[in-house]
Amino acid sequence: MWPYIVRRLLWGIPILLGVTMAVFLGLHVMKGSPAAAHVGKDATLEDIAQFDREQGFDKSYPVQYLRYMKEVVTFDFGNSLKTDRPVGEMISEGAGKSVSLTLPALLLTSLLAICLALIASYFRGRKTDRAIMIMAVFGMSVSFLVYIVVLQYLLAFVLPIFQIHGYEPGFGARWQFLILPIIIQVIVGVGYDTRFYRSVFVEEVGKDHVTTAYAKGASKRRVMFVHVLKNALIPIVTRVMISIPFLVTGSLLLEQFFGIPGIGSMLLAALDTDDFPVIKALSVLISLLFILSTILNDVLYAVVDPRVRLK
Amino acid sequence: MSPFWNSRPIRKLRRDKWALVCLSLIICYVLVAIAVKFGILGLAFEERVGEKYMQPSGESWLHWLGTDRQGRSIFARMLYSAKIAIGVGLVSALVGSTIGAILGAIAGYFGKRVDDFIVWLYSVVQSIPYLLLLIMLTYIAGKGIMGLYVAFIATSWVGPCRMVRGEVIKLREAEYIHSAKAMGYGDWRIIFRHIIPNTMHIVLVYFALLFVAAIKSEVIISFLGLGVQREPSWGIMIKQSQAELINGFYWQIGAATFAMFVLVLSFNIFADALQDALDPKSL
Repeated sequence: MWPYIVRRLLWGIPILLGVTMAVFLGLHVMKGSPAAAHVGKDATLEDIAQFDREQGFDKSYPVQYLRYMKEVVTFDFGNSLKTDRPVGEMISEGAGKSVSLTLPALLLTSLLAICLALIASYFRGRKTDRAIMIMAVFGMSVSFLVYIVVLQYLLAFVLPIFQIHGYEPGFGARWQFLILPIIIQVIVGVGYDTRFYRSVFVEEVGKDHVTTAYAKGASKRRVMFVHVLKNALIPIVTRVMISIPFLVTGSLLLEQFFGIPGIGSMLLAALDTDDFPVIKALSVLISLLFILSTILNDVLYAVVDPRVRLK
Repeated sequence: MSPFWNSRPIRKLRRDKWALVCLSLIICYVLVAIAVKFGILGLAFEERVGEKYMQPSGESWLHWLGTDRQGRSIFARMLYSAKIAIGVGLVSALVGSTIGAILGAIAGYFGKRVDDFIVWLYSVVQSIPYLLLLIMLTYIAGKGIMGLYVAFIATSWVGPCRMVRGEVIKLREAEYIHSAKAMGYGDWRIIFRHIIPNTMHIVLVYFALLFVAAIKSEVIISFLGLGVQREPSWGIMIKQSQAELINGFYWQIGAATFAMFVLVLSFNIFADALQDALDPKSL
């Protein structure tokens, strides 16, 4: 087991290196120094040269890349060019806000989708099943934007039940701003998840151990909830696990629309203002999380399912 | 009839009337897009055709869905947007599935170093969430439709590449591949003539999936102001209608939503049917 984990972790290094290379190529080589966006309109050539010196853009590409690598290894990306605050501090503040939007949304979506999928596969091929699956496909076919614009208009403007925009950091106070985005996230995600879980359950139902359970006289309800659900746990756990990086990165669109100052809106703002340190830090952080969660997922898979060979 | 029309997947698709309805709808969109592209359907999407916020009327076809805040025809803008959506979808699906299939087949067939490199390449692309990556790529490549194309081409090959690679690793040991080798055929001939055609059931399904994904993402990116510029797109229409909704005018968001919904729904249903029809496990 341990050699496998170590091997998987080692495999993460070249991937992370690849990401840093891509980010560096995109920002430093293709975009070039963001001086124009930061020294102000009346800047002289002197000012620009001074900005480039301070930020290291006057050095050769290999030197600039090494500097970036050093930032990655020490996890110190310097100060934001826009707010002049340490990037690490900004991220740890934003992450909490993103998680308080995405975690409840993930849990609700998964729970709702698993229930719907169980009902659908229980009544497989009948009207209830068809109705649920048609709803899921219809729900998937409406743009994310439309859900946001329409629900924000209806539930926060026409009927002022929720706040339209904004955020308050207090633990109790934040929910009045978060409930509507959470509802929207659940509506957007539940269609995909229901379809996925239904196909998992349907596949499980076709297996021999289910036939055996029926042959032993177990009721349909018992088969569905005990035999099928238990054996479908692996794909369920996998599905939830791969969502973990998205918890921290937050929902770009929802944060943008509802003015929640999380990681998603931070990244959009950084792209808008050419805030290189923030962009570089977030892209590395996000891909690192992604790589780690895939590894964790594979390891967990191997632990739970003895048939998975650790080659 | 030719063997193609009598092959099992096509027979199965032909029996599925919803899939056929959806396919016809998709073809209608494609025809509209072609007509707009080549100027057959001259759409004056920037011209004032009347007062602002006009209700729909039968006065002329430009007034069928009313006018927007600047008095422009919503119907013309809705049709014009189909060109953007179909164009982005087609480029993404065509380039993505072609590159994906070729790289996947090469990785699976040759194995070793080549495989390691291609797996590394797609792992890197995959390790940043899709929407984020698209937005970052349009930022680097520059706002506008070209940036969108670059972003879609850079990301869309990953899915088909992974799946084709997995399939080819299994196919590599098939008897007909061994026979082809025994007959002295070259590697490239085997890849293009024997391996890739046998992964078509994966590639075709991905073609449909990539098409939808690109259409949906284009709308979001254009909405954020990073996508198409100075042209209408369903995303831009939704963005404009945000301000109009507050004034109680919902024809523009209705039009954009409906046009997009029908296209995406058709693709979703058709992709499902295609997947069923092409699944080698079901007979």
